[in-house]
Amino acid sequence: MQYLLLLHANEAGFSNMTPEQQQQGFQAYMAYGEALSKAGALKGSNRLRPVSTATTVRVVDGKTQVLDGPYADSKEQLGGYYLIDAPDLDAALDWAARCPGASHGAIEVRPIWEMGDY
Amino acid sequence: MEGDEQAQAAADAVARRSYGKLVAFLASRTHDVAAAEDALSEAFAAALSEWPRNGCPANPEGWLLTVARRKMIDVFRGQNRRQMVSVEMQSIADVLAASPTDTEIPDERLAMMFACAHPSLDPGIRAPMILQAVLGLDASRIASAFLTSPAAMGKRLVRAKVKIREAGIPFRVPGRDELPDRLDAVLQAIYAAFSEGWTDPAGADVVRRDLAEEAIYLARLVAELLPREPEALGLLALLLHAESRRKARRTQSGEFVPLAQQDPSLWNTDQIDEAESLLHRASSLGTIGRFQLEAALQSAHADRCRTGHPNWAFVIQLYDALFALSESPVVAINRAVAIAELHGPAAGLDSMPSVDTDSRLAQYQPYWAARAALLAKSGAFARARDAYEIAIGLERDDAVRRFLDSRRSSLPA
Repeated sequence: MQYLLLLHANEAGFSNMTPEQQQQGFQAYMAYGEALSKAGALKGSNRLRPVSTATTVRVVDGKTQVLDGPYADSKEQLGGYYLIDAPDLDAALDWAARCPGASHGAIEVRPIWEMGDY
Repeated sequence: MEGDEQAQAAADAVARRSYGKLVAFLASRTHDVAAAEDALSEAFAAALSEWPRNGCPANPEGWLLTVARRKMIDVFRGQNRRQMVSVEMQSIADVLAASPTDTEIPDERLAMMFACAHPSLDPGIRAPMILQAVLGLDASRIASAFLTSPAAMGKRLVRAKVKIREAGIPFRVPGRDELPDRLDAVLQAIYAAFSEGWTDPAGADVVRRDLAEEAIYLARLVAELLPREPEALGLLALLLHAESRRKARRTQSGEFVPLAQQDPSLWNTDQIDEAESLLHRASSLGTIGRFQLEAALQSAHADRCRTGHPNWAFVIQLYDALFALSESPVVAINRAVAIAELHGPAAGLDSMPSVDTDSRLAQYQPYWAARAALLAKSGAFARARDAYEIAIGLERDDAVRRFLDSRRSSLPA
């Protein structure tokens, strides 16, 4: 099965870190990505720019509404994701627990809804 | 007509013996508990129409599994035709078709219980899921035991089954490193089922009394399948100890009898003996845990009441150990009561947890009842009366309410 690991964390946490801490943080994520890919589990991954760069779009009565800011305004923001392959939820939860983001935020684990499986 | 009855009796017998095993077999291969239950109930219906005509098959369990499996494969293939991508459904059908039916059906109930009590499911639905998937209890029966509406319980069960299937919750006994935590969820679910059954100790409510028996059945099953897990043995010992006193907990007229006033000759000694030997086996395995400690406490209480030898110092030690594990305010209350027995009511009251630090206690009947009893012993009758008042207001069992009321009335003015 495929799962999307959604990394939620307080964005301010990163900018408040010293450059050394930021460097350590990067390295932890690099190592995590490396481990995922060595295990053949990594399907895709990206880091997202902060929510201050987000724009939310919605079409109401045929009219496009564009709003500054993220869709959900919360204390912790979606900051990135990993798309992984895992035999079952336990395996996906194990990968989520190893993600550096699990220690300074929360990882939401969502099974991918396969095309045609309705 | 006679054939009908025979078929019915044979189907009932298989249902009792094999229901959970058959659901577990089908569900662990498809991850679809609901589809497995549906297919199996169709197979039982088919049995009731075919067995009277053609006689009961030599292997009724295998017959039911074959029919249920065919129904399930039909359902999955039927879904296939409407779908763009059929690989997954096809492979599920293949797995089902390839699994053996002529040989002994493997017992995968334990794996299914681990799926039903998975940490990713709401803790409150784990016990109902186990009761339904392993024992086949219907939603309305489970709902009445857990004091919710059948519709609400039905919805929550459906949601849990959808999550098991769609999130890919595995049907597997976890490995060594994970087992203690995950087993605890299974044991807690069984304990919750037992507690719901236990709230009607007179056994007037058949649904509830049966639930306690079903919980003991499940605890026995887990203890048999994991004979080297001390906590599994501890839970069964605990339930047997509690169950052994069922007859003594009420008078003939239905009045509540506290432990200290129970007649030990009414206790079921077979159950006590079994509990003791389980506890002994558990302790030889070398890892202490919550259920073993609680069973040991039940054992100590029973022993004191039977022999008349006070063992409060030992009881307090057990509560200390249990509190260190759980930090539960409920344990703290019982510990305070034991301390009062050994060192007097003032010491007991001092050891009581405070409503100020734990607001949940304000609505917890045993807290107010214990407090009232200690206040009464220390001579603070007015405050004892107030505490009894609150305890009575919080109790849902009529007999216990009457008992508390009689305690309150007997306080000196």
